[in-house]
Amino acid sequence: MSEETTAPRVGVFVCHCGVNIGGVVDVPSVVEYSKTIPGVVYAEANLYTCSSDGLNKLKEAIKGHKLDRVVVASCTPRTHEPLFRATCEEAGINKYLFEMANIRDQCSWVHMHEPEKATEKAKDLVRMAVAKALLLEPQEEPEIEVEPSALIIGGGIAGMTAALSLAEQGFQVHLVEKQSELGGMLLRLDKLFPLDRDSLELLKPKIDAVKSNPNIRIHTTSMVKSAKGFIGNFEVEIESQKGEIERIRVGTIIVATGMASLEPVGLYNYGSDERIITQLQLEKILKTGGPEGVRTVVMIQCVGSRNEERPYCSRICCNEAVKNARLLKRSDRVRDVYILYRDLQAYGTRYSPLERIAKRQGVKMINYQQEKPPQVVSEKDAVVVKVFSPLLDEEMTVKADLLVLSTPLIPTEEAGGLSQTLKVPLGSDGFFMEAHVKLRPVDFPTGGIYVCGTAQGPKDIPESIAQAYAAASRAAIPMTLRKVRAEAITASVNEELCIRCGRCEEVCEFNAITVEVVESGKMTTRVNEILCKGCGVCSVTCPTGAITMRHFNNKQIYAMLEAVLRGH
Amino acid sequence: MKKTLDELMKADPMESKAVLVIGGGIAGIQAALDLADRGFTVHLVEKSPSIGGVMAQLDKTLPTMDCSICILAPKMIECFRHPNIALHTLSEVVKVTGSVGDFHIDILERPRHVDMSKCTGCGACTEKCPVQVPSEFQAELGMRKAIYIPFPQAVPLIASIDREHCLYFQKGVCRVCERFCLSGAIDYEQQPREVALNVSSIIIATGFTQYNPQEIGEYGYKRFNNVITALEFERLVCASGPTSGKLQRLSDKKNAHRIAFVQCVGSRSQRIGFPYCSSVCCMYATKGAILVKEHDPESEATVFYIDLKVFGKGFQDFVDRARDNWGVKYVRGRPGEIREHPLTGDLVIWYEDTYEGKVDKMEADLVVLCTTMIPRPENKKLADILGVELDEFGFFKVQDPLSNPIETNVPGIYVCGCCHGPRDIPESVTEASAAAAKAAESIQPTEVGLEG
Repeated sequence: MSEETTAPRVGVFVCHCGVNIGGVVDVPSVVEYSKTIPGVVYAEANLYTCSSDGLNKLKEAIKGHKLDRVVVASCTPRTHEPLFRATCEEAGINKYLFEMANIRDQCSWVHMHEPEKATEKAKDLVRMAVAKALLLEPQEEPEIEVEPSALIIGGGIAGMTAALSLAEQGFQVHLVEKQSELGGMLLRLDKLFPLDRDSLELLKPKIDAVKSNPNIRIHTTSMVKSAKGFIGNFEVEIESQKGEIERIRVGTIIVATGMASLEPVGLYNYGSDERIITQLQLEKILKTGGPEGVRTVVMIQCVGSRNEERPYCSRICCNEAVKNARLLKRSDRVRDVYILYRDLQAYGTRYSPLERIAKRQGVKMINYQQEKPPQVVSEKDAVVVKVFSPLLDEEMTVKADLLVLSTPLIPTEEAGGLSQTLKVPLGSDGFFMEAHVKLRPVDFPTGGIYVCGTAQGPKDIPESIAQAYAAASRAAIPMTLRKVRAEAITASVNEELCIRCGRCEEVCEFNAITVEVVESGKMTTRVNEILCKGCGVCSVTCPTGAITMRHFNNKQIYAMLEAVLRGH
Repeated sequence: MKKTLDELMKADPMESKAVLVIGGGIAGIQAALDLADRGFTVHLVEKSPSIGGVMAQLDKTLPTMDCSICILAPKMIECFRHPNIALHTLSEVVKVTGSVGDFHIDILERPRHVDMSKCTGCGACTEKCPVQVPSEFQAELGMRKAIYIPFPQAVPLIASIDREHCLYFQKGVCRVCERFCLSGAIDYEQQPREVALNVSSIIIATGFTQYNPQEIGEYGYKRFNNVITALEFERLVCASGPTSGKLQRLSDKKNAHRIAFVQCVGSRSQRIGFPYCSSVCCMYATKGAILVKEHDPESEATVFYIDLKVFGKGFQDFVDRARDNWGVKYVRGRPGEIREHPLTGDLVIWYEDTYEGKVDKMEADLVVLCTTMIPRPENKKLADILGVELDEFGFFKVQDPLSNPIETNVPGIYVCGCCHGPRDIPESVTEASAAAAKAAESIQPTEVGLEG
């Protein structure tokens, strides 16, 4: 190729940014200096390189001076690199042949009282940028086809909602449910807060809609056995209870496997006394018209949660207890219902009013402290609950006919296995861990895989439904476009230096690098360039320096260091 | 390449694969990005000069302590650069007719008095402008100019003239900005402009406002210099704030070592303010308390609370860290009164520690009132324009809070974020994506995959 034989032709554009840079840094002298740097064939100053006028000049210079590398010394690449890259592309050169020196933030702003030094530093930064530019190589962003179909794992309210939303938008959906029926945890609940509607009233139309939607294929009593591939092209094996295996191809995957409820064995005499049950068991009793002959009910919150073993708050239990307490009062006005709580989680406009209604109905709330939990003694005629109320500074004794323990939602048993199959992370609490706690609440770090509902952590029904729609929205993006562009800046392995130690594989968050056995039993380290996000963790972890990052390779970085240390 | 507004407006109104998003905070931004990434045209309407909303004003986000603007800014820029998003800043929706699939929207764009095609955001004009105005972005703890860019990461990064304070508009003199603008971008003649749009569906993401704690006289807000709101604290503790992040009292430049956070100011009360729990204050107070300790481990940070709301992912762990690793003190009790020392400006908080069963007092250099997130007063007007309902508090109402948490009573109009009640950032972002999915559903089935 001719590029290898001819020396690169670098153009340098130094921006005044009005007075922002020009008021401190001596821009003309930076331009003059730039012209002396080896490799630079052209340099100019712009009032604003980013204005349409500036961009036109840049394009003209690329053509007129046959530039094949461009350095802009201006502001931050965070805001302006995409613009300058696009301009280079328009002028006919690969956008990865562009380099930026931030002489605003790093020179005129931080050294605003030392203009000479700021100018010297600007020259240093330009020299470094040129040193790198000389070694830049064109990069491509590979385009991947995306299969417009989705796999949704879990047939509870979240999974069904996501399935319906995607099916309504015209995508093919495979819905996998391990039980024989769709519905999940809702099948086990009675009335639902905040409106006390029957759970079947919500569930039934959803199940019917899923079943009658031609775009949804339901796989009940089935589980995901294996999954291979990457965004757009997952190959998944679904195994039925009978052991039959079906292979499907999908473009995206949504994890909606829900949660389990803690069985509080050993806590507050649970298991040794039939009068001591969980909220979930109470739901079942309420569903069948009970409880019969129960005069006094005590509920204890945070049973098995917000403690050392399980530090998280389960979010829904206070509101479930308040709801069930109200239902118990409603079916029998003279019944006494006590909720022993630590911090009542009746949050927002949805739940705050319900707390007040419950109190008005005569539900009694008693605060307790973690250090002094209630004491429970099973006697013949009652379950005796002793609780110290710090607010009254008094120990109270309640003889209960029924003791209801509010236990937390916990991760399902299968979560660990599924996390390994799909190679997506779990948090320290055992629930699936999203890519970013604030801004990517339903994405996994791995492209094309999403999470919704209680699989991600305890939440109520409306929150699960909202998350399901959100996951559907995220999954619909690549499926609508039918293609995604992968990152150009990826890792590459020098097989001769690689000792196949596998440390890179351990640290890669995106499962993009693996040590594999190839034919004849030889081992090789392979980078999946579609999955690689170019974060560079493997590169710094590699003990032999076998892994380099495209666009940030060692040669380029050493050249920059040499340039700055050499001085001018 | 970025399409021009004209190109976007011509984008096939009858096929109308366009969506209107009202509000440019994190919820509106996320909804716009999700839709635009799929090829829908999005009109994002924001009434202030920049998108970003309240999240842009926050210092750190919990529990990771990420810098808020640092994680938000890339999304703001993405909105700006996105070929399918038309940003309408300084704009308000004034009229809506039609129904799902075919809404006709009139928006009113106030004049910026700066030519957006010429301004490069260099800031020369703001430097020379002689008029000082309390900065909305700095929660009025700092000043801006009459021609201003609200904050360094503003999007669009373009100045605008605040006519109310501009000497030229008020008194016919000055025009200094015009003289110093090297790009010739200042345009005093710009007029308000009506823009007509045609969209298939509408997403409301107008956010919330803060309860004004002056109503609670016993806390002395605005009467005592060193009683501030939580949003003011965010600016005070932020490196881009009025003290460059030094925890200093603005009143006397004294370093604040003893800082108290009071929960439920204007919330959970039948007597005054609002009856509901504001959902996020316990945790942002915990974050604030940790920031105080990070600034100076020797300082004292106390949180007064009623019920500690730790219901989100990682929240209890965050509180445990605050208490056990940083030594943040939590006191269960709502302070009864705050008094000011007439000479030092220090504060005395009278409170009942309900766990100890005793009334006590505590001195503080700074008291932070964690005020309720409340409905915007202009919700009523917008609700009337859109034909949607508000709830008993004045938030936008969802039709079925159980099964359809983002749909309003009008088909094709959805809500997300704090415009329908207090919620945190991840919930707002989740709902934004959810609203995007619903908007996409209501447009038409994507013509893919049906053939199997």
